Amino acid sequence: MSVLRKIWTALRGSARELGDAVVDANSIRIFEQEIRDAQAAIDDSKRALTGVMADKMKIDRRLAELNDLIADDEASAVKALEQDNEALALEVAQRIAKREAERKEQFEIAERLASQIASLRQKIDAAEKIIADHQRELSIVRTTESVQKATVQIVDNIAAQDSTLSSARSSLERIKARQQRLDDRLAAGEVLARESGEQALDEKLKAAGIKGEAADANAILARLRARAES
Amino acid sequence: MSLLQDMTLSLANTVFEGHRFDCLPISGEQEVLQVQVSGLEEMPIYVTVTDTQILCISYLFKKSELKEGSINELNALLLELSLPMPLSSFGMVGDRYVIYGALALTATAEHVMKELTTLASNAVDALQTLEPYLK
Repeated sequence: MSVLRKIWTALRGSARELGDAVVDANSIRIFEQEIRDAQAAIDDSKRALTGVMADKMKIDRRLAELNDLIADDEASAVKALEQDNEALALEVAQRIAKREAERKEQFEIAERLASQIASLRQKIDAAEKIIADHQRELSIVRTTESVQKATVQIVDNIAAQDSTLSSARSSLERIKARQQRLDDRLAAGEVLARESGEQALDEKLKAAGIKGEAADANAILARLRARAES
Repeated sequence: MSLLQDMTLSLANTVFEGHRFDCLPISGEQEVLQVQVSGLEEMPIYVTVTDTQILCISYLFKKSELKEGSINELNALLLELSLPMPLSSFGMVGDRYVIYGALALTATAEHVMKELTTLASNAVDALQTLEPYLK
């Protein structure tokens, strides 16, 4: 059964408490054992692989050597024939035959070793895939458990000392209060800016004699004069 | 020193995109760090490190805080919102709705800070958006 499915089954269980294991300890142990087995299989295969590869390199070297020797002998045989030395040519041909037989044998061994190497590499790939799969699945299980444990801790720890986690409503109220404070501050800033703008205008008017004490005195005098005339 | 302790040190002394980070380790079997992002303190973020990832979680509300009858609609909305929301997704732990982000263990301090500020903004945004579903 896939791990996700196991977790789903566990989470649906009604008797379950947050923070309880989602996958039983035994399954986890089996998983971990399978990872260890796969790792051991990889180690074995790699050891075997180095041995087989060393053997194959030895054979390949011998094959190259035989190829050179046979080529040499063939040249020698041709030269002997050119000198009409049939007996010598025959002797060389016999050696060529012997070396060709050995080459065939060595070649077959090399083929066998090559197929062993391929199958060992396949084994290693398969084991590595098992490890990656199992580790991913274990990580799903462990993360589920970590998150749940963390949640229990957070709820226990924080709920005791402040109401951060107690309700979404109170968080919302705090968010709104903060945003209101921010708005108020912005509004206050605007009022301040406007006031200082008005003040600047008054100063200008005063400087021009249009507003301020002098302007006020003229207005009072005008008012008094109007009253005296009536 | 654990990854989380390392992170606490670098968060405590940094200003990132105008935000500061107020860190508080939560004691217990599982190592958890509470981070409050300045200007978004209402939605604290809880950081845990597992063997494969750094998880940052903010708790939105409990199922019991939701209006009866609107839960299916809310769930569908959350699935729909998860995709366009930058860096964060919605999820559930037990009976709590969460908003979370996950980082690789190789994430840099800057990645973590970006995650934390984005997640806190998303959490504040989400809670306000989802207010009509609350009792």
